Amino acid sequence: MSMFARTALDQQNRRVEWLVKTLFLMMTVLLIVPVVLIMGILIQRGAPVLSWGFLTEVPTNGMTAGGIFTALIGTVWIVTVALIASVPIGVAAAVYLSEYAPDNWLTRAINLAIINLAGVPSIVHALFGLGAFVVFFGFGRSILAASLTLAVMTLPIVIVATRESLQAVPHAFREACWNMGATRWQTIRKVVLPNSISGILTGVILEVSRTAGETAPIMFTGAAAFLPFLPQGVLDQTMAMSLHLYVVSTQVPNVPEALPFGVALVLISMVLVMNATSIAFRVYLRNKRKW
Amino acid sequence: MAEIAIETRDLNLWYGTFQALFDVNIRVKQGMITSLIGPSGCGKSTLLRTVNRVNERLGYVRTTGTVDVMGEDVFAAGVELARLRKEVGMVFQRPNPLPLSIRDNVLFSHRIHRGNEKVSRADEDVLVEDALQQVLLWDDVKDRLSQRATSLSLEEQQKLCIARLLPVKPSVLLMDEPTSALDPKATEALEALIWGLRGSYTILIVTHNMAQARRASEECAFMLLGKMMEIGPTDALFLSPKLSETADYIEGRYG
Repeated sequence: MSMFARTALDQQNRRVEWLVKTLFLMMTVLLIVPVVLIMGILIQRGAPVLSWGFLTEVPTNGMTAGGIFTALIGTVWIVTVALIASVPIGVAAAVYLSEYAPDNWLTRAINLAIINLAGVPSIVHALFGLGAFVVFFGFGRSILAASLTLAVMTLPIVIVATRESLQAVPHAFREACWNMGATRWQTIRKVVLPNSISGILTGVILEVSRTAGETAPIMFTGAAAFLPFLPQGVLDQTMAMSLHLYVVSTQVPNVPEALPFGVALVLISMVLVMNATSIAFRVYLRNKRKW
Repeated sequence: MAEIAIETRDLNLWYGTFQALFDVNIRVKQGMITSLIGPSGCGKSTLLRTVNRVNERLGYVRTTGTVDVMGEDVFAAGVELARLRKEVGMVFQRPNPLPLSIRDNVLFSHRIHRGNEKVSRADEDVLVEDALQQVLLWDDVKDRLSQRATSLSLEEQQKLCIARLLPVKPSVLLMDEPTSALDPKATEALEALIWGLRGSYTILIVTHNMAQARRASEECAFMLLGKMMEIGPTDALFLSPKLSETADYIEGRYG
């Protein structure tokens, strides 16, 4: 018998190995089942109502017919205003935390606060937005109040993504700059930011998809169940895709069965397109970058 | 008697409670290449990093004594670090070109130090060519100046890291084992270029490589355990060291 022949111990190891691998594989398959099911059912039930008119017409007959144009445009408004509010703040804060902040208790407290902010349930953000933006600042129920609420909620996404991409830029580049007499800001502007822009954009796009899908934070702060017209400015109320889905699914009688599926399909497609763009962008920029 | 470019007087330096330099006195002659040799941890790099004050960024560094560059005290109140680092360039062990084009690397320092002053592209081209000529890199890269500097070979990268210091006309170049990441052939090329820079710049170079110190420097300083042991013309120091420690080190009995 060869010294390399399989023993009983090897046999047992192989059996355990196979079991573990199969178990993990099953868990992974389990993970994608809901995704496949959701997409499959949405496409199967929602696709029939999709048409050009569905995207470009306003809802009619008590939202049981017509399209989703007002909700679609409303979501674009809300997302855009939320980005304008949160991206500059988030990026600036991340640059400070990553490039300037000394490692002391205050910085650690701020980091902790950001992590906690990410963990606050969206309904709590909604109530905060109602109190702060709608009532206290007097914006009323408006796009501005809804977007600011979403901006507060999604700030941690931008901050964390930005900070991580800043820290991925090798420290040697900063050393080189400082040794030539460059200030921190010159270093950030000319070397650090240009090389972390892909990660920052990924964070922004993730934020967009999160913002587009949230319902609770905008329900009390600026999104209306039904409006027959488009918003004219940031102090108007608006319809929004996510709230529209909730309303036609649960609040309105006699809605054709396919309609909510159509709304959900459009909403999820928007988010998927965003995420795909984010991934494609990151891959593109990563391939361009070499050090 | 040559002018003195760098002079330290009774320089002591502590990292926290650890004393790394003990009463170091050295006078580096202007326009010459001075090598700093000594075993690992003897304070060579620390001394180098004190001259452009980059050590201070660590936060827990304390110094006493003085360091003068071109006759001016670098620790004096009112010394702007950006000015000091423009005057005193630093080259590192590992080449660290910025992730920009070759051209932008050469112009980086010049651009950050000229403020809003407008410089024409033609003038910039002159600066780039002149700097790259001085480091013997121009002929190799003149047709690909817009290429990323990080795509160059290590030897070319290190030459570029020297070239990018030159457009701001520094008086002193500090080099911290500039060839330790390079193969022997690249090392030879770097030594040739450093040798070519003498006269135009005062060069203080830390090296672990005895042969390099001997070949490529005019003055040599031997440090041991944070103390400056012996300084002199390189040939004299290698041929007839005054101290037995120096002799032992250069003969390779420890290191």
